[in-house]
Amino acid sequence: MRITQGCFSFLPDLSDSQIAAQINYCLEQEWAVAIEFTDDPHPRNTYWNMWGLPMFDLRDPAGVMGELKACREANPENYIRINAFDSTKGWETVRMSFIVQRPTAEPGFRLIRQETQGRNLRYTMESYAVGRNPEGARYAG
Amino acid sequence: MNAPENAPATRIDLAAEFRDAGIGEVLDTLERDLVGLAPVKRRVREIAALLLVDRVRQRLGLATEHPSLHMSFSGNPGTGKTTVAMRMAEILHRLGYCRRGHVVAVTRDDLVGQYIGHTAPKTKEVLKRAMGGVLFIDEAYYLYRPENEKDYGQEAIEILLQVMENQRDDLVVILAGYADRMERFFESNPGMKSRIAHHVDFPDYGDDELGEIAERMLASWNYRFDEDARRAFDDYIVLRRRQPHFANARSIRNALDRMRLRQALRLFESGATVDAEALTTITEADVRASRHFQPDEAADALPERAAPATNT
Repeated sequence: MRITQGCFSFLPDLSDSQIAAQINYCLEQEWAVAIEFTDDPHPRNTYWNMWGLPMFDLRDPAGVMGELKACREANPENYIRINAFDSTKGWETVRMSFIVQRPTAEPGFRLIRQETQGRNLRYTMESYAVGRNPEGARYAG
Repeated sequence: MNAPENAPATRIDLAAEFRDAGIGEVLDTLERDLVGLAPVKRRVREIAALLLVDRVRQRLGLATEHPSLHMSFSGNPGTGKTTVAMRMAEILHRLGYCRRGHVVAVTRDDLVGQYIGHTAPKTKEVLKRAMGGVLFIDEAYYLYRPENEKDYGQEAIEILLQVMENQRDDLVVILAGYADRMERFFESNPGMKSRIAHHVDFPDYGDDELGEIAERMLASWNYRFDEDARRAFDDYIVLRRRQPHFANARSIRNALDRMRLRQALRLFESGATVDAEALTTITEADVRASRHFQPDEAADALPERAAPATNT
């Protein structure tokens, strides 16, 4: 099941030149661009691993693309996303976030139904990938 | 910069191409705003012409290597290296060899870290900031410290070399510094020398050129010399040049700053009412009050504080 989080996730995967164009837009808005990766695709997992520090004062997407390339090489079967942070007073938040790499096979989520008092049901989502292997080996091979 | 998409044209009007690129304006302002520096202006013109011709050749379908644009500017302090680097960035930008045309000016401190493992991220961060523009490394020879084999400068040089080679269309590196030390730097780093295509030498300014620079600086601050002051300033330049730490245009600017101070004090102490004429005029007395005109001063002079090494 294809994970849909952030911008553009209902579109086909962006090509590198499309990614660079989006980063260019972010830089033109004077947002700081950061790269993050994870192998836990749960939508509530907001704490992805940072790939280096957020990049401030960049003028051109080439710098980010270089880091993205390095991140892809180091984390081939992981999710990688690009965040653009707006530090303008009043915003001070991530204004744009999109996935730029995903594992080749995304097994999706299992819905766990827990029966509780009465006939109530509690629902939990668990990713098959997370359940099958420990962190770091979830999507390998 | 890749192969042309449209069918190659057969004839191209170079003059029109030159106009469209808008580099004429940049070259003209370079010619107009900078006094002297004839050999530098010539080199900049040559480089601009080469790039323009290269671009036209590509349109005609003649294969050209992406030209190596890294440069080295060598010359004494205050000869306009930083200013020319800014103009160069603009020319490269207009010709499309540099996507943004901004200049990131750094020195050793910005590239080299203080402990093991600090240098690479620091250098890479600077390189990322400079992508799409020009990285101007002032006093580049300080990167290499042969007397200390554990110096981290070598690491910065290696990262620089790698990027200069692999990302030639993302980044143009300009190294700047004193001529003799740059020469020694290149001798000990042949890899660096071979990756730099354009070596531009900045000559010292002549006395009359410095006088003209002084007038222009004053004009830009809304000041002017009266006639006697202008003559006194010519004498000043001759005297100042003999002193140590003479830094061409930068020394001139410092001298003018001191003369403005003296003028302000003179007006203040005279206590009279002033008009715009008095406020803008620097007189002979303001110039001649300089230390360099004191006759006995040459012998036991306090060495003037060294001109600041960094450009301001």
